[in-house]
Amino acid sequence: MQNIPIEKFQITGLNENSMEAASRPQVGYLRDAWMRLRKNKVATASLILLFVIVLMVMIGPKLSGYAFEQIDKTARNAAPCAKHWFGTDKLGRDIFARVWISGRVSLTIGVLGALICAVIGCIYGGIAAYFGGAVDTVMMRIVEILISVPYLIVVIVFSLVLQSKGILTLILAMTITGWCTMARFVRAQMLAIKNEEYILAAQALGVRPWKVILRHMIPNTLSTVIVSITFDIPGYIFSEAFLSYIGLGIQPPNTSWGVMASSAQSVFTFYPYQLFFPAVMIALTMLCFTLLGDGLRDALDPKLRK
Amino acid sequence: MAKYVVKRICYMLLTLFTVASITFFLMRSIPGDPLASMAKTLPEQTKENFYAKYGLDQPLYKQYFKYMEGLVHLDLGESILYAGRSVTSEIARTSPVSGMVGGTALIIGTFIGVCLGMVAALKKNRWPDYVVMFIAILGATIPVFVLASLMQYVFAVQLGWLPASGWGKPVHMVLPVIVLGFGSVATYARYIKSSMLDTLGQDYVLTARAKGLSERAVILKHVLRNSLLPAVTIFSSSIVGVFTGAFVTEKMFSIPGIGLYYVSSINNNDYTMVMGTTVFYAALFIIMQLVVDFVYMILDPRIRIASDR
Repeated sequence: MQNIPIEKFQITGLNENSMEAASRPQVGYLRDAWMRLRKNKVATASLILLFVIVLMVMIGPKLSGYAFEQIDKTARNAAPCAKHWFGTDKLGRDIFARVWISGRVSLTIGVLGALICAVIGCIYGGIAAYFGGAVDTVMMRIVEILISVPYLIVVIVFSLVLQSKGILTLILAMTITGWCTMARFVRAQMLAIKNEEYILAAQALGVRPWKVILRHMIPNTLSTVIVSITFDIPGYIFSEAFLSYIGLGIQPPNTSWGVMASSAQSVFTFYPYQLFFPAVMIALTMLCFTLLGDGLRDALDPKLRK
Repeated sequence: MAKYVVKRICYMLLTLFTVASITFFLMRSIPGDPLASMAKTLPEQTKENFYAKYGLDQPLYKQYFKYMEGLVHLDLGESILYAGRSVTSEIARTSPVSGMVGGTALIIGTFIGVCLGMVAALKKNRWPDYVVMFIAILGATIPVFVLASLMQYVFAVQLGWLPASGWGKPVHMVLPVIVLGFGSVATYARYIKSSMLDTLGQDYVLTARAKGLSERAVILKHVLRNSLLPAVTIFSSSIVGVFTGAFVTEKMFSIPGIGLYYVSSINNNDYTMVMGTTVFYAALFIIMQLVVDFVYMILDPRIRIASDR
C-alpha cells in the first residue's frame, strides 16, 4: 500500500466559530404552516379567489354606477349588456350592484356565525374538558339534547319566535345551537391535551382554571379550530340561502345571495342569468372555503411537519 | 349490553320530553296570536269559541299539560289553518311521500357514493380520484334549490324528457331523487375515500395480502367492511338531511310531502302544525341516532366491549 502524505488528511474549510451555527434559518410553527399552505396550489388559488370576492364585495357596487336599490323602469329583466353587466331583475335593478351588496350580508352572516360558534364552543368545550366528572357529564348531556333537534328546524323555529328579520336575528337563530358541534369537537381535542406536562406544570404553579383554559388549552387547539371555522362558514352561508328561500331570511330592502336566488327562481326558465350570478357566488364562496379548509388542515397538522 | 340499551332509551325519552317542552314554550312566546289574522273579522262569541277549542283561553301551564298529555297519546293537536284536520293524521298522510322520495334518494345516493369513494381511494392521485373529488366538491357547494332549478331547466324545459313538477307517477320521482341524492353521493364519496385510505394502511390489510388473499377479497372483506364504520355514524344526519332538504325540493317539484306542508304551515302561522312537525322531526332524528348507535355496536366489537364494562 502506497504512502499517502499526512497533509492530505487535514480537514479543510472548518471554521470553529461557525460549527454550532444552524444550517438553515429557524422556522416557527405558523411560518412553516404558511409555507406549506403556499405550496398547496389549490388552497392558494382559493385564498386568492376569496380575496378577490371580498374585494369586489367592498368596491363592486361602486363600479357599476348604479345603487343596488335603484330602479330603471326602462330596463326590466334586461339581459347582461354593456349598460348592465349582469343584467337587471324584474324591477329593473342592476344585478351586478346587487350581487356584491348581497355578498356583504352573506359573508357577514357566514363569518360572524362561524366565529361566534367557535368562541362559545371553545369556552364551553374547554370548561367541560378541564373540570371533567359530573360537570362534564351535565354539560355534554345539555349539548346532546340541543344537538338532537335538527339544526335547520331550530333555526326555523327561532326565526319565527324572534320575528324581526335582520342580520343579527338570523345570526342569533343560527348560532343558538350551532356552537354545540364545536363544543364537542373542542372538548375531544382538549381531553387529549389535558394531561400534558405543560398543563400539569401550570396547575402545579397554582394558575387558575380559567387561565389554564384560555392561556394554554385553547391556544393549543386553535389550529384545528381555525380549520373547523373555514368548513363552518359555507354552512352558514348555505343556511342563510335556505332560510331566504323558504321566506324566513333577510327582508327587503336588504338583500343577500339567498334572497336573490330565491326571487330569481320563479323566473328562472325565462331569465336564467338572474339565478346564475347569485348561485355562482354562493357556490364559488362555498368552494373556496371548503378547499381552503382542506389546505389549512394539511398545513396546520403538526404530524406533517418535517 | 341490555343495561346500556335501557339507559340509551331513557336518555332518548328525556331528550324528546325536553325538545317538546322547549318547542311548546318557544311557539307560545311568539308575539301576537295564532288566531289573530283569522279571527279579526269574526264576532266576539265566535272568537271565544275559537280560543276555547284550541285551549288558548286557559293558563299557560294548563295548556302545557294538555299538550304533553296529547303527546303521550301521539295526539299532536288540531291544525289551526285547516279546521278538523289533526296534525298526527297530516304527518301520517304526508311523511310516507317524503319517506319514499327521500328513502330512494338516500339508498341510491349512498350506494353510488360508496362506490365512487372506493374508486377514488383505490385510484388515488389518478384521474378517477380527481373526477370523484370534483363531483364530491360540487355536491358540497351547489345549493339544493340551484341544482333543482338547473335540473328542471335542462331536463324538463329544454329537453322535455321529464316532468318539471307534480306527483302520482314514478317518472315524477326522477328529478327530486337526483337532486336529493346528489348530496348523499358527495358526502359518502368523501367519507369513504378518506376512511378507506386510512384502512388500507392498517397492519391487518398487509397481513391479509401476505396470506395470499386475492385483491378483491382484501378490498371487500377487510378494507370496505372496516371503512364503512365511520360512514354509519353520518347515516342518521343523512336521513334528517334528506327530510330537511325536502323542504326545498318538495316546494319546487310540488310533491305533497311533509316538507312542503311544514313550509306552508310556517308561512301561514299554523303553530300547532309547526310544533307537531318539529317534534316529529326531532323524534325521527333521535330514534335514528339510537338505531345508528346500535348498528355501530353490532358492527364494531370494540364498542360492544366498552359498553359492557
